[in-house]
Amino acid sequence: MLALETIELTKDYRLGFWRNRIKRALDRLSLQVEAGEVFGLLGPNGAGKTTTLKLLFRLIFPTSGTARILGKQLDDVSTRFRVSYLPENPAFYDHLSADEFLNYVASLFGLSAAEGRRRSGELIDQVGLSASRHVPLRRFSKGMIQRLGIAQALINDPDLVVLDEPMSGLDPLGRREVREVILRLKDRKKTVLFSTHILTDAETLCDRVAVLHHGRLQGCGELNSILSLGASATELVLEGPSAELLDEVAPYTSSLVRTGERVRLEIPEEDQVQKAFEVILRRRAKLISVNPVKRSLEDYFLQKVGNSAESSQEVASVYDSN
Amino acid sequence: MRVATIAVHTFKESVRQKVLYNLVAFALLLIGAAILFGSISVGVERTILITLGLSSISVFGLLIAIFIGIDLVSKEIERRTIYNILSKPVSRVEFILGKYSGLLLTLLVNTAVMTAGFYGALFYQKRALGPEDMVFLGAVYFILLELAMVVGIAVVFSCISTPVLSVICTFCLYVIGNFSTDLRTFGQETGSAFLGTVCDILYYSLPNFGDFNVISRVAHADNIPGYLWVGNSAYAALYITVLVSIAILVFEQREFR
Repeated sequence: MLALETIELTKDYRLGFWRNRIKRALDRLSLQVEAGEVFGLLGPNGAGKTTTLKLLFRLIFPTSGTARILGKQLDDVSTRFRVSYLPENPAFYDHLSADEFLNYVASLFGLSAAEGRRRSGELIDQVGLSASRHVPLRRFSKGMIQRLGIAQALINDPDLVVLDEPMSGLDPLGRREVREVILRLKDRKKTVLFSTHILTDAETLCDRVAVLHHGRLQGCGELNSILSLGASATELVLEGPSAELLDEVAPYTSSLVRTGERVRLEIPEEDQVQKAFEVILRRRAKLISVNPVKRSLEDYFLQKVGNSAESSQEVASVYDSN
Repeated sequence: MRVATIAVHTFKESVRQKVLYNLVAFALLLIGAAILFGSISVGVERTILITLGLSSISVFGLLIAIFIGIDLVSKEIERRTIYNILSKPVSRVEFILGKYSGLLLTLLVNTAVMTAGFYGALFYQKRALGPEDMVFLGAVYFILLELAMVVGIAVVFSCISTPVLSVICTFCLYVIGNFSTDLRTFGQETGSAFLGTVCDILYYSLPNFGDFNVISRVAHADNIPGYLWVGNSAYAALYITVLVSIAILVFEQREFR
């Protein structure tokens, strides 16, 4: 079952005094997010991640295309009872305390006062704000506001949680807590869609990711399959190899890094690995370790972004000139 | 239900603003000062007290309506708290209705406090309050209707424009609204059919606050005629409905980038 689907979702902004310049922020985005999965929306700043999420919550309206959340059209407000959203760099009411704010949000979801208080208390403890629950939000740090943002996004026990840069502004401890919150949601078969430009977060948490750049989808898939794409190389670590040995294996390697007594060789081709082994055995060198070099999400991301940079600039210049 | 939740929250937000207390305190101070002005005006002490007292309620109510009215909606947009609210099961119609109701509640409470201060001043002067003093409640009711319309105008502008421009536009419209009868007379006296029509259109479309000011009438112990009670109430209800509908239409189309 699909938790979220976008079909050719497109957003153009009209710019300039006469509003005659068009800037395409999102270009025919088609995505499907399965129920129960943690889905990462990746891309550098200005890629179209926030635009996509704002379109889903009708904070802005699509130029063309459509989307469905939990099988319903976006303008169906009743869906929002089962969905929640944490905006990027959230801002809440300065005059309220964390407790009061969560009770207010709970009442917007139609929860009774008692139920609202119970949920607020639980969530405040969960995000580590127990000591500050009665402090006015104007005294909260950015990290505390972010934690409160996570809490308010969970107050209705949603089936789909949409988080825009949830780790932004958090210290390492806060980041770990948010990761744990997301993993707990996953354990409870909830769907989580979050945007980030921090790749380690996506690597740690996501079942699938989509990469956006200049408003265009660059790739989408299961994290494992993306990471194993073009399984890149084999890493050999030798201790105290002779200069002759290194000269002999050099033609097989793509990189050779010396750190003290140890030398790290990276061999891209599998048949070359065999040849390198033969040389090492013949020269009786000390082999410390052999590891496959897996392609990281960062490599994938950089490759996709690099490939699309030129073509996207061409698209942007076409729209800008109209 | 959600309209009521937003209205109560809006009310709480506005009563926690220091500017509100300053305005109400200043209004009460001025009402108190009216006793002083009355005591140095031989023979017209009561008239001075009533005129100054009710005018203070009107002017400070207006300031509260404009400044807090515009701030409460545009601040939600400017500070991006709106993202959070509109992503909840809250329609844009409910948001505007809730905000408007909350502001109205704020004005109602503030006006009640200022009115209590006004009756306190009257009691201090006369050492008693009689049934004839209840006529001033009619004037306060008309001030409230006027303020409800001003809040409507403020909400419309705050959905369209920046806070500063909204304050200027709302205030200008309030001033024009107090002279709209003169605008019509001007159109008729120019002798130009075109100008006459333009002034007529403006007269009927701009708010007409002229009939809402009965302060002078009640200060001179005249009763408020029945047609004003009915006419002003119906006019305000109609005008507020139109203003809130415009605000909703504008807000429905607005994007939050």
